[in-house]
Amino acid sequence: MTQEFTQQLLECIAKTLHKPVETYRLDASFEELGIDSLDGINILFALENEFGIQIPDDAARNVKNLGEMAQGVWKLVEAKGAPA
Amino acid sequence: MRVAVTGVGAITPLGLSAPVFWQALIEGRSGIGPLQGCFAAQLRFPNGAQLRGWDPLHHFDARTADLLDPFAQFAVVAGREALADAGLTVDDVRGPRTAILTGCCAGGQVSEDVQFQDLYSKQTGRVHPMTIPRIMSNAGASFLSMEWGASGPVFSVSTACASAGHAMAQGLWMVRSGMVDRAIVGGSEAAFCLGFLKAWEAMRVVSQDTCRPFSKDRKGLILGEGAAMLVIEPLEAARARGAKIYAEFAGAGMSADAHHITQPTVGGPSLAMSNALADAGMAPEEVGYINAHGTGTLANDATESKAIHAVFNSHARRLAVSSTKSMHGHALGAAGALEAVATVMALKEGMLPPTMNYTTPDPECDLDVVPNAARATQVGAALSNSFAFGGLNAVLAFRAPAAL
Repeated sequence: MTQEFTQQLLECIAKTLHKPVETYRLDASFEELGIDSLDGINILFALENEFGIQIPDDAARNVKNLGEMAQGVWKLVEAKGAPA
Repeated sequence: MRVAVTGVGAITPLGLSAPVFWQALIEGRSGIGPLQGCFAAQLRFPNGAQLRGWDPLHHFDARTADLLDPFAQFAVVAGREALADAGLTVDDVRGPRTAILTGCCAGGQVSEDVQFQDLYSKQTGRVHPMTIPRIMSNAGASFLSMEWGASGPVFSVSTACASAGHAMAQGLWMVRSGMVDRAIVGGSEAAFCLGFLKAWEAMRVVSQDTCRPFSKDRKGLILGEGAAMLVIEPLEAARARGAKIYAEFAGAGMSADAHHITQPTVGGPSLAMSNALADAGMAPEEVGYINAHGTGTLANDATESKAIHAVFNSHARRLAVSSTKSMHGHALGAAGALEAVATVMALKEGMLPPTMNYTTPDPECDLDVVPNAARATQVGAALSNSFAFGGLNAVLAFRAPAAL
C-alpha cells in the first residue's frame, strides 16, 4: 500500500461519515471507531466509487478493522491494474 | 369477542393459490432459483424467489391489467381467492361493514422503475398517466373495494417487512371491537425490478446461494414476492353460517425497538411477542409452534432466537420454530401474510412446515427449527413473527380450530 492510497482511503471514509479525517486510524477496530454495520455498507459503497472497484460481500464480511479493509481494497485496486 | 380465520388466498413463488402453496411447504419444495428477467445479469446475487407462470390476463382484462402494478394484481387475486374460500360472495361484502387492509413495503416499484428509467435514460420527457395510480401502496386495497363495493374502512399499512403483520393486527382489533363484521387482511409485494434489487444488493444482506435460516452457514436473505389475504370474522358468526374455520385469530402484539434503523434488538421483538400473548390471553406454554421472521441473515436469526428464549424461558426448548422463508423467500410487505397462511394451515392440518436448507446447528440459534422436513404435530397455538427494518415489530397469535 502506498501512503497516497491510505490517505485517499481515510479521506473517503471520513467524508462518508461526516467526520474529520484524523478520526480514523488503520489499527483501530470498527467498534473503537464507532462504525456500525450501516456505516460499513455506506463506506463500502463510497470506496467502490472512489477506486472503481467491486467489493464482494464475502470479502467484506470478515473485515474487522480499517487496516484489513485497506489491505482488501488495495488488493482489488492492484488487481484492476491501474493504481488509483 | 373471538375472531376466526375463515378463508385464505395466496399468490406465491411456490404456487398461485393457497392449497398449492401449503402443499409445497409441507413437501419442503423451494421457490428459490436463478433470477429471471432482463435485470438478472446486472446483479451481484444470482437467485430469487419469483412467481412462476403468473399471467395477469388470466385474472384481469387488458384495460384493468394496465391500471394495476403487479403488487396490486397479486393482492386482488389473493383477495378474491380468500373471499371464495370463505364461502362468501360479493353480495356479502358489499357495503360499509367489511374492512380491507393490506400491507405493502414499497408500492409499485415495477411501474416506477420502468417509467423513471425511460424518463432519465431515454429522455422521454414524460411519464405514463397511470404511473401514480399504479405506484400508490393502497392500489390493491382500493381495487378490491371497488370490485366488491366494500365501502367501509379500506387502507394500507407500510412498515417494511412487518407491513402485513401490522395490517392483520389492525383488522383483528377492528373485527373484535365490532367496528366491522369482517375484514379481508394481508399484504402484497412485487420486488423484482432493477432499481429496487440494486438497493437490496447495496444493503449486502442478500445471500449468494440460498436462504438458510438458523443454520450456522447462513449468508443472508433471498428476496421473494407475492401476496396473501385472509378473511377474518367473529367466531360465532362463522359458526352460525357453518363456515370452515382455519384457526382462531386470538391476538396480536406490536412494538418498536426505538434503537437503530437496521440493527435488530432482543427487547423489541420480545415485547411484541409478549404483547401478542397477553392480547390473546394465551399462556406461553400453550404455544407449540412459531413461524419465525427467520430471514437467514446473521443478525436477525441470532437476535430472534434470543428473543424467543427471553419470552418463553424453559418452554423455548419445547417449541418448534421454523422459517418458511427458506422456501418462499422474503416477500417483504407480503411476508407476514404468507406466513400467517402457513401458520393457520399448520394449526388446521396438524403439520408443521420445515426450515429448509439447514445444514449446521448454530449455538446462537439453539431452537428446534424443524430442519429440512415437515413434522406431523398438532399444536394448540402458534405465533407468527414479523420484524421490520426501522425496528417495527408485529406478532400474530392463533389457536388451532380443534382447541376452540
